[in-house]
Amino acid sequence: MAQIRVEALNKSFGEFHAVKGASFTVDDGQFLCLLGPSGCGKTTTLRMIAGLELPTSGTISVDGEDVTMNRASARDIAFVFQLFALYPHMNVRRNIGFPLKCEGIGAAECDRRVVEAARILRISHLLDRSVSTLTGGDRQRVALGRAIVRKPKCFLMDEPLGALDTEMREAMIQELRALHDRLGATTVYVTHDQLEAMAMADLIAVMNNGVVEQIASPRDIYDRPVSLFVADFIGSPAMNFLPFRGSLQAGAQAIRLGDRDVAIPTAREALVESDLVLGVRPEHVRFSDSGMVRGEIYGSEYLGTTQIVTVTTPYGALKARSPASMPFRIGMNVGLDFRPDTLSLFDQGSGRAIRTALHEGGKHG
Amino acid sequence: MAEVEIGAVSKAFGKTQAVVDLSLTIGDGEFVALLGPTGAGKTTTLRLVAGLEAPDSGSVRIDGRDVTSDAPADRDVAFVFQQYSLYPHLTVFENMAFALRAPTRRLPEAEIRAKVEQVARLLHIEAKLHSKATQLSGGQMQRVAIGRALVRSPSIYLMDEPLSSLDAKLRGEMRLELKRIQIDLGATILYVTHDQTEAMTMASRIGVMEAGRLMQIGTPREIYENPVNAYVAARLGQPMINLLPATLFAGVPPGVKTIGARTEHLAIARSGGDVSATVTRVEHLGDQSHVHLDLGGQPVVTLADPEARLDVGDVVSLRLNRPLFFDAAGGRVAA
Repeated sequence: MAQIRVEALNKSFGEFHAVKGASFTVDDGQFLCLLGPSGCGKTTTLRMIAGLELPTSGTISVDGEDVTMNRASARDIAFVFQLFALYPHMNVRRNIGFPLKCEGIGAAECDRRVVEAARILRISHLLDRSVSTLTGGDRQRVALGRAIVRKPKCFLMDEPLGALDTEMREAMIQELRALHDRLGATTVYVTHDQLEAMAMADLIAVMNNGVVEQIASPRDIYDRPVSLFVADFIGSPAMNFLPFRGSLQAGAQAIRLGDRDVAIPTAREALVESDLVLGVRPEHVRFSDSGMVRGEIYGSEYLGTTQIVTVTTPYGALKARSPASMPFRIGMNVGLDFRPDTLSLFDQGSGRAIRTALHEGGKHG
Repeated sequence: MAEVEIGAVSKAFGKTQAVVDLSLTIGDGEFVALLGPTGAGKTTTLRLVAGLEAPDSGSVRIDGRDVTSDAPADRDVAFVFQQYSLYPHLTVFENMAFALRAPTRRLPEAEIRAKVEQVARLLHIEAKLHSKATQLSGGQMQRVAIGRALVRSPSIYLMDEPLSSLDAKLRGEMRLELKRIQIDLGATILYVTHDQTEAMTMASRIGVMEAGRLMQIGTPREIYENPVNAYVAARLGQPMINLLPATLFAGVPPGVKTIGARTEHLAIARSGGDVSATVTRVEHLGDQSHVHLDLGGQPVVTLADPEARLDVGDVVSLRLNRPLFFDAAGGRVAA
C-alpha cells in the first residue's frame, strides 16, 4: 500500500485556474475525502493524482516516488467512477476479471482473484449473472470489484455513490468504509456530500474555488472550522450565522450582541471594530425564557429522535435541534441561548475564523 | 382544493404488478407523502391519480366525482415533475402565467398578473419574474416549476420527487418553504419521495409502499413510533433501526424472533446493562456520533453524545428500553 503526497499542485484550463496550490499528504491506509461544491477543483485534483490530467505545476508522489509525469497505467492505482461503466454484454465474473485479462494474468490466477473479490464484496452469488439484470447497488459493487481485483496501491473514487438513491447510498457508505477497514488501502474519495465525507473519511479536505481551505479529521472540521465557507458547508442543517458589528480584545470572554453580552471561548487575538459573524451550530441552541435572542417559531421539522425548529429572529432565521418530544406551536414567542464553549467567530470581510480558545481543543478524532 | 379518493386501484405493466389493490383517501388540505424505494409503485400511483396511466381495476374520485376514465386535462390536477421542464424562450412570469392563459380559462390579464406575483412572493422569486428561465440557477428553476403548479389552484397537487435534483442545502430550505406554503394555501398534496427526511418533515401522513402495496399509512410520528412491521420500521429513522435476533436478550415475549431497537431504545453505559458489546467504530457526524458495536456477532449502530468518549475496542453495556418486537414474518408483536 502507499502514501500519496501532493505538493503545491496547480492546474489551469486556459484562463480558468481550477486548482490553486493544493498540498496534502494521505498516509498509508488513510481514507481522504476531497469535499466541496461543483467547480471547486476536487475532481481535477483527483484526476491529476490518477494521471488523467497533467498538472500545470507541482508534484505528486506515491510512496516517495515522483509520479507527476507518469502515465495513468504506470501508477498502480484503481479508479472508480460515479457511473458504473460496466460491459453490458459480459456477466459479472468477466466484468470483474477484465482488468486482469488485460494485464495478461493467467486464467487460474484470474479466477481465484475474481472469486476472492466477489467474496469480499458479498456478491459471490451474482458471478454468473448478466450485469444488466442487477440493481444499482449491485452494479456499483461490481464496479468496486473491478477495482479491488487488481490489488492496486491506492483507490481513487469519484462520487461512486452519486447515482444511487438515498437508502442504497446509506447502506453503501457503511459497506465502503467496512471494505476500507478490511483492505486497508489508501483511498482518495471525491464527493460534494458532506454526510458521506463525515461518515467515511479519516481526513477531509474542504475545497472552495480551487483552494484547499481546511484539511483535518471530520470532528475537527465540524467543531473548529477555519472559515465561514467550511462552517457553512459542513453540517446539516448548517451552522447559524448571526451578523453583528463589534471589536474584540485579546482575552475577551464575551461579545456584545444587541444589548446583551454573549459568552464566547476566550479570544486569542484583538480586532478593531468591524463586521463580524457569530457561528452557532443548531444543536448548541437552547430554548430558554430568559434567552438572549428573542424570536418567533416559524416551523418545526420532525425527524424521529430529534426535530429541527426554525425561529425568526432579528438576526435572521435560526435553526435549533431539540428532542422530538418538545412541543412547539407556529407563531410562539421563544428565547434562545447558545452554548458558550462551542461558538465560532468569523471576520465577515475575509471569511476567516477568529482565533479563540475553541481552536486549542486539540486534534482528536 | 378537494378530497381525493383512490379506491382499490391495481395496475400491471406486462408481468410486473406495479400497484396492487391500493386504497387511500387524501383529505382536503392534507399533505400525503408516498415513501418507498425505487420500484415500489409510488410514481405509478401518482400517475394513476393524474390520469397519465389507466388502472386495470379500481377507481379514482376527486371531490366526490369519479374521474377514473377522464383525461388528465379534465381532472383539475397539477403535476410537478422531478425534472423541471420550463419553456426556455419565455420569462419566469410567462412560464408561470402559461397555464392561466390557456384558451379554455379566459382569465383577465390583471388577475393573472396578481396571481403570478402572489405565488412568486411565496417562492421568493419575485425579483426574477422578468428573467429568462435559462438564466436561473437549478433551485430557482425548480421554484418556477412549483410556482407554475401553484398559480392554478387545482383540486390536488401531484409532486414526483420535486426536490431531488437540488443540492442538499437547497433541498433543506425548500422542505420548510414547501410545507409553509402548503399550510398557507391549505393545499392538498400527494407527494412521492424515496427520501425519509422529506416525508417525515413535510407530510401530514406518510404512506409506506413496498412492491406495489401500501404497507402502512399514518402520521410521521405513528409510522416512526408504531410501525406495523419490520419493513416499515426500517424505512424511517437515522441511524436505521437495529433488527436483532431475540435470542441475544433475556425476557423477550413468546413468539418474538426479532427485536427492533432504535437509538432511543438503547442505553449505553460502561456497566450495569443487560448485555455487553464492543465498540468497532465511532463516526463523528458533528452534532451526533454514530457508534458501531459488535453485539455477539451482530452489528449495532446507535447514537451517542459526541462528548461520551468512546473508543474502538471499548466494552460497553447495553440496556433495552421498551424496544419494538417482531415475529418470524416480520409482523409487530405487542410488548
